[in-house]
Amino acid sequence: MESARAHLDVQHTEGVIVVSFLDRKILDELNITRIEEDLFTLVEKETSVRLVLDFANVEHLSSRALGTLISLMKRVNMKKGRLALSNIAARIFDVFRITRLDRSFDIYTTREEAIAAVTA
Amino acid sequence: MKFSTLVTKSDLAAARKVEPLVMAELERHGYSEEAVFAVRLALEEALANAINHGNARDASKAVRVDYHIDPRRAVIRVSDEGPGFSRGSVPDPTAPENIEKPCGRGIMLMEAYMNEVRWNRDGNCVELIKKNE
Repeated sequence: MESARAHLDVQHTEGVIVVSFLDRKILDELNITRIEEDLFTLVEKETSVRLVLDFANVEHLSSRALGTLISLMKRVNMKKGRLALSNIAARIFDVFRITRLDRSFDIYTTREEAIAAVTA
Repeated sequence: MKFSTLVTKSDLAAARKVEPLVMAELERHGYSEEAVFAVRLALEEALANAINHGNARDASKAVRVDYHIDPRRAVIRVSDEGPGFSRGSVPDPTAPENIEKPCGRGIMLMEAYMNEVRWNRDGNCVELIKKNE
């Protein structure tokens, strides 16, 4: 049974919420459901959220996780917020490219670039 | 070909027990890191499809994984007890009308990362083939 440990590191910096995934593999249904709940709660709390998701630790990603990112993007857009992704390893970026989601998300090489983009 | 088999209930955590066995076989036969990544991803998607769509999360139904890995290629079959489906009936997730839908990308990823992906006639068993290139 999966414990209720944290899957996300959340930092607030200069009006931007920077979320880092603590899991190397974002695959598991239960983990993703918890990540989804936490991310959606973060967005709901803010009026026009500026959110950066940092993938530095992530080595595996499932299509279910992609679905969560799409749902999150829609919620951010509905609240007229900004969302950027950063530090996506080449193999994980391929998953975005194959599914053509690299065109839907704003993706930056570094966390700093992503923060700058959502605050611009 | 001689296959190893694992049969579990429709539970992703239980079904995922096959993954380290498959990964260990791939590494033993010298498959590249890229190939191991690809097989892990495709197997994960196949298991999720079998449990969530095939067996509709019915815990009384089983998922069966048969795998054969040799130095030349890996063959993995994931079967469920559902009614099956037709590959042609699954919409293209990259079509403009579907790109913002949160589901429907698992098959696409399997097909992108494997050399061959095919279903049995009933559509409730998928065969994944990855060559050791």
